[in-house]
Amino acid sequence: MSFPWAKHYEPKQPLMRWLDEKLPLPRLVYNAVGAGYPVPRNLNYFWNFGVLAGAALAMQIITGVVLAMHYAANAGVAFGSVESIMRDVNAGWFLRYAHANGASMFLAVVYIHIGRGLYYGSYKAPREMVWLLGVVIFLLMMATAFMGYVLPWGQMSFWGAQVITGFFSAIPLVGETIRVWLLGGFAPDNAALNRFFSLHYLLPFVIAGVIMLHIWALHIPGSNNPTGVEVKDEQDTVPFHPYYTAKDGFGLGVFLLIFALFIFFSPNLLGHPDNYIEANPLSTPAHIVPEWYFLPFYAILKSFTADFILPAKLWGVLAMFGSILLLFFLPWLDSSPVRSANYRPKYRIFLGILLADVLVLGYVGGAEPLPRNVIMGQIAAAYYFAHFLIILPWVARSERPRPLPNSITEAVLAKHGGTSLAHSAAQA
Amino acid sequence: MVRIISSLVGAAFVFVLAIALFGTVKTAITEPAKEGPEKVFHLHPEDIHLPSAGWFGKFDNRQIQRGFQVYKEVCSACHSLKYVAFRDLTKIGYSEAEVKAIANQWVIEQPTVNPETGEASTRKNVPSDHFPSPFANEVAARAANNNALPPDLSLMTKAREDGPNYVHALITGYRNPPAEMKREFPDFTTPKGLHYNPYFANLNIAMPPPLTQDGQVTYTDGTKATRDQMARDVAAFLTWTAEPNLEARHGAGLAAVIFLAIFIFLAWGAYQNVWRDVKH
Amino acid sequence: MATDSMVPPGESPEPFHEEVPDPRRRDFINIAAVSFAGVGAVAIVLPLINQMNPSADVLAQSTTEVDLSKVEPGQAIVTTFRKQPLFVRNLTPKEIADADAVSLSTLRDPQTLEQRTKPGKKNWLITLGVCTHLGCVPLGAREGENRGPFGGYFCPCHGSAYDTAARIRQGPAPKNLLVPDYKFDSDTAVTVGVAS
Repeated sequence: MSFPWAKHYEPKQPLMRWLDEKLPLPRLVYNAVGAGYPVPRNLNYFWNFGVLAGAALAMQIITGVVLAMHYAANAGVAFGSVESIMRDVNAGWFLRYAHANGASMFLAVVYIHIGRGLYYGSYKAPREMVWLLGVVIFLLMMATAFMGYVLPWGQMSFWGAQVITGFFSAIPLVGETIRVWLLGGFAPDNAALNRFFSLHYLLPFVIAGVIMLHIWALHIPGSNNPTGVEVKDEQDTVPFHPYYTAKDGFGLGVFLLIFALFIFFSPNLLGHPDNYIEANPLSTPAHIVPEWYFLPFYAILKSFTADFILPAKLWGVLAMFGSILLLFFLPWLDSSPVRSANYRPKYRIFLGILLADVLVLGYVGGAEPLPRNVIMGQIAAAYYFAHFLIILPWVARSERPRPLPNSITEAVLAKHGGTSLAHSAAQA
Repeated sequence: MVRIISSLVGAAFVFVLAIALFGTVKTAITEPAKEGPEKVFHLHPEDIHLPSAGWFGKFDNRQIQRGFQVYKEVCSACHSLKYVAFRDLTKIGYSEAEVKAIANQWVIEQPTVNPETGEASTRKNVPSDHFPSPFANEVAARAANNNALPPDLSLMTKAREDGPNYVHALITGYRNPPAEMKREFPDFTTPKGLHYNPYFANLNIAMPPPLTQDGQVTYTDGTKATRDQMARDVAAFLTWTAEPNLEARHGAGLAAVIFLAIFIFLAWGAYQNVWRDVKH
Repeated sequence: MATDSMVPPGESPEPFHEEVPDPRRRDFINIAAVSFAGVGAVAIVLPLINQMNPSADVLAQSTTEVDLSKVEPGQAIVTTFRKQPLFVRNLTPKEIADADAVSLSTLRDPQTLEQRTKPGKKNWLITLGVCTHLGCVPLGAREGENRGPFGGYFCPCHGSAYDTAARIRQGPAPKNLLVPDYKFDSDTAVTVGVAS
């Protein structure tokens, strides 16, 4: 689309020519993920994760649609219907474990995808819109994952719904009204379960729609690459197909292998035993924890333990939502013109600290509230906000980036010993 | 402008966290948290190495049948098994006729409606029935058990951390509180009607020791019914009730992994092949 | 597939020709990988299709036991078999005679009453209460219902009339009412859903 040397779709068969005139869908696919999309030749394995995320969403939708044929969204029978899927439905255990672990796989892939964007500066101009749409997808995923976790109606489902809708009660004046409105009652029950099911079924299709916008926005400037240097001419790129379809095929195989190990050999590793106890509104589990992918945010929520002007609970909720919403401002917080952290020595160090910081938050989110853990969480949460809101804008101004390669091809050839530099220069 | 606003917002969050941190540290110093007895004296179950454990685990049907016998003769007096049907017993090696007989002779009958009068009634179990609950409802269960509710056992080994080992440890773990308990936690008591068990989360459990002596159950296959053996067997049975498709899952998993390994090998070859003359 | 055309400019295609004497052997691995992916896709579709088949709890309830002791000659009872109505009729000697009097050649779906009952139990006519036209429940099994011009069952939806052996005699239905598999456990008890 964007590069003048992109290959053009030329259907040879009469049928395909006819189709191209009436509905140029093959042309769209050709230009989006076919030979018509020139992609930088130097992408590393981190660039597999976009396609993997798409594959994970597709698998979630397929297994989800199938599970919905057997699931009953009624508080009286929901837990039993899941057990009937596990025991009586043909291959039901496989479908349900695939869906439950698929959510974790999807989130894991997306976290790596986001991390890739942070490291290589994929959020920067001219790709701000790609990033913004990506954050929207992430928010929709979190909502979908949360509502899906409620559906089996186990203890963690119920108390997760109770706690998360409880966030809204922190809003001054109208909070409790909003919470009751969200639940359709004073505690999670049939009304909440039914609307969560409805929305859990709907949102993945909304996600799919936003993904299309995400890809559309990506195709205008084209893909970023590990050097962060823009594509200059044809020799910097290869056609998406067959080069990256082949690479993504390999990546998909590895992804599926890891996925299969979870489904078949440790399907409950990422789950919580309490969710195999049917929801009981009269008894809270000893230790409520969300699924692993929410733990860092849960740690931020828990870290605000002191009232200051606003009550501590409101601070926690604001901070937790703020920790995600600040990602919307990232393209403007980081004003460094250099994209890739490979050429940004200081930023790279702080990004490393951020990674460790998020892992600490994840640990604290799932750990018991011992003073040691709370202290760790509070320091880590402080760094999280400082990183994005204070350090990043400062680093962008103060650091001296390393010299950038002139082009992607130059960087590639330099990596391979630099013997062809002259050749490449002659070509250019 | 963005930078000034963001720094102010960032500073606000960091400042509030600093206040919170100060409070946490102060509390930690002035009132150091003390670990309760349920932390200090709680024991983790030891591994009983069931044949179903591990990546290639398989069920031992004879053991599961023995465990079923323990459930039938001991546990079923109080604990339901509502997600399991009699017909499921064919999967652990009982014939259809045996299952029919087991269902027919089950002491607790299925609730039904008298077809003549419409009054509540009971009938004998058939293989398609799920195991009937020993109590009509939760109120009846609590009334009969000193206000404690015996949990359903269908999913017990998945509903507890380290489930199969936990079941075995809990059943065999009843004892008197250790002597150190009196020294360290003079206030700790086991209320009347509860029983000390270091494997239970809060150390005092309402369930009386279910297996009180060796030979409580007479095994038909000649296995010596020690308390430890019965506990192991019932743990194996409850592992099966919680995850009846475990063997199918492991088998399918092995096939899937082998298939994917070959696919990955081929896909890698294709990837190398496609890229063979492009440096990247 | 012309892989040469895929080589981006700035790269010499020569090493490829030097290294590989037989490019077709190299393409083999691409084909193998894609074929393998296809096999995997088919394998994964099977459970997705199979999950729509009746589940184990549905299959477990696929037999029905019927007590015949309270059905007098000339009476019928309606019970359920696999969530469908099941007609159990105790035929009178006259109804049996009426059925036997019909010449097979006049029937749309030729069957004798013997073929539709068990040996020695000719008076027990057990059929599904599902019209073979479009699945309505025919009238005639319950007391006082219209039994149609042939004295058996009559489907009100499109006017199919069945005779005393529940054979189709008039109207659009193509087949006789279906006789399910069943066996006599005793003189007064029948299990429907298992072959005798």
